[in-house]
Amino acid sequence: MTAIQTALRSRPQAFDVERIRADFPILKLKFDGKPLVYLDNAASSQMPQAVIDRLVRYQSAQHANIHRAVHTLSEIATAEYEEARRKLQRFINAREEREIVFTSGTTDSINLVMHGYGRKFIGAGDEIILTTLEHHSNIVPWQMLAEEKGAKIRVVPINDAGELLIDAYESLFNDRTKFVGVLHVSNALGTVNPVKQMIAFAHARGVPVLIDGAQAAPHMKVDVQDLDCDFYAMSGHKLCGPTGIGILYGKAALLERMQPFKGGGDMILSVSFEKTIYNTIPHKFEAGTPPIAAAVGFGAAVDYLSAIGMDVIAMHELELLDCATEQIKRMPGVRIIGTAAAKAAVLSFAVDGVHPHDVGTLLNQQGIAVRTGHHCAQPVMQRFKVPATSRASFAFYNNMAEVDALIAGIRAVQKVFA
Amino acid sequence: MADSRALYQEVILDHNRKPRNYGTLEHASHTAEGHNPLCGDHIRLALNLDGDRIDGVAFQGEACAICKASASMMTATIKGKSRQDAETLIREFRDMATGTLDFDRQPHHLGRLTVFAGVRDLPTRVKCAILPWHTLHAAFNAVSSTSTESEDDPMHAPIGDA
Repeated sequence: MTAIQTALRSRPQAFDVERIRADFPILKLKFDGKPLVYLDNAASSQMPQAVIDRLVRYQSAQHANIHRAVHTLSEIATAEYEEARRKLQRFINAREEREIVFTSGTTDSINLVMHGYGRKFIGAGDEIILTTLEHHSNIVPWQMLAEEKGAKIRVVPINDAGELLIDAYESLFNDRTKFVGVLHVSNALGTVNPVKQMIAFAHARGVPVLIDGAQAAPHMKVDVQDLDCDFYAMSGHKLCGPTGIGILYGKAALLERMQPFKGGGDMILSVSFEKTIYNTIPHKFEAGTPPIAAAVGFGAAVDYLSAIGMDVIAMHELELLDCATEQIKRMPGVRIIGTAAAKAAVLSFAVDGVHPHDVGTLLNQQGIAVRTGHHCAQPVMQRFKVPATSRASFAFYNNMAEVDALIAGIRAVQKVFA
Repeated sequence: MADSRALYQEVILDHNRKPRNYGTLEHASHTAEGHNPLCGDHIRLALNLDGDRIDGVAFQGEACAICKASASMMTATIKGKSRQDAETLIREFRDMATGTLDFDRQPHHLGRLTVFAGVRDLPTRVKCAILPWHTLHAAFNAVSSTSTESEDDPMHAPIGDA
């Protein structure tokens, strides 16, 4: 019995996955008579009825523009939007609500840091440390900055298991190191990076750290004060919320020093053609009318997840991952890519002699939705010398029957190509 | 989805397992590389044109079953044909794969290449089937490298007579 299984058995209340599944209307879908087996949660998660209902209630009875008018509806909408911010603050244990900036998602959050912090504080000859595991969204903005400023990007390598080489990370630091960007959990391999340790090392050298939490936040309890990260980015749609919404957490002192990225309404205190005074944080970074409904929905989504408990979610998902991993390990002709000791519920694999796109199409014919491709992490693919992988990613609403369906599905793929 | 199931039929699986004309040509008169950056499919095509006639053809590469079988069947089909006939096949294959050719009713020269008709129901796989044909077009026109994501993508641009 694994440690996780032991923990599961000793839990006072069993996690009832079938009751959870009933909350998600989309899981009742069938394609060609085959029930949907949704294992593409790392790309986007599904939405429970409670969040769908919350969006309907907001649009039906609470919507107006925010921070604008004195009328009642605008006050209600503003209160709901700001309440959503507080829900996110509690969800990641930020010290203050003004440290939560609503963005359109993780990519937008990282771009905000690049423009607001990077363009102001990173210059010619300065160095930015990233890792081989990064998603393109935490590579490309920094490349754009490096090109603009004449800065340099240094890359932390990984071992054959897909784990960061921490000694190499530490040896990359020098007097020119000005910034570190690292993802918390690899979307391509599932590796959980030792970000707390990496942050402490960077801070000892006065270097701020951005954590890309897009893939971590859905799978584990995130505590930004415990991590002591300077920035943390995440997306609503990977947390059972709507698309088009995410947050950037930033320490207040850093957000205060940053320049705004987008100009417009709501991010100002006063405007004249001679001088514009910017609003306080977080509003300084929220120009224009934000996706209010999506923010409210995001708030409802983290309430839903918190009610279940992120620790319980993590345990159930790791049980699914363990079970799938053990079965795939025993399958001849199937190789798991990414075998880190610490992993979240992301399983990349290769089937010998079968291109991932053929795997994906044939699994789809059995109702099984997986992602195939480079997962917006081409440096990871290059490191493992594969053009692409097939990736099954689990959420807390997946069950053991779906793990079995995946295994049977892979066997069926092998049979076609036998 | 019935068509997509039919896509992985024996003829395609056979060409994937044992691709015809796989390898290189000694004295190629025309070559091109085709690349689909979205999935990493990558093929190299070499032709030997004797005047207007395709005397020899070979391909190599790393690709999914649909792309590899398409390349294999393409080379088997065009060998010995005129360049003009091959250009016609490029157009017809593209139209079949993208669903603009009703191959049951409209006249065409595709023959058993119609086994690829199922890709029209799988938008993400259409480019896999078309890539070899795209590369053939590039080779004819002395374009050394082509990509499914480039501006001359036959998905978007007229090919052949243009």
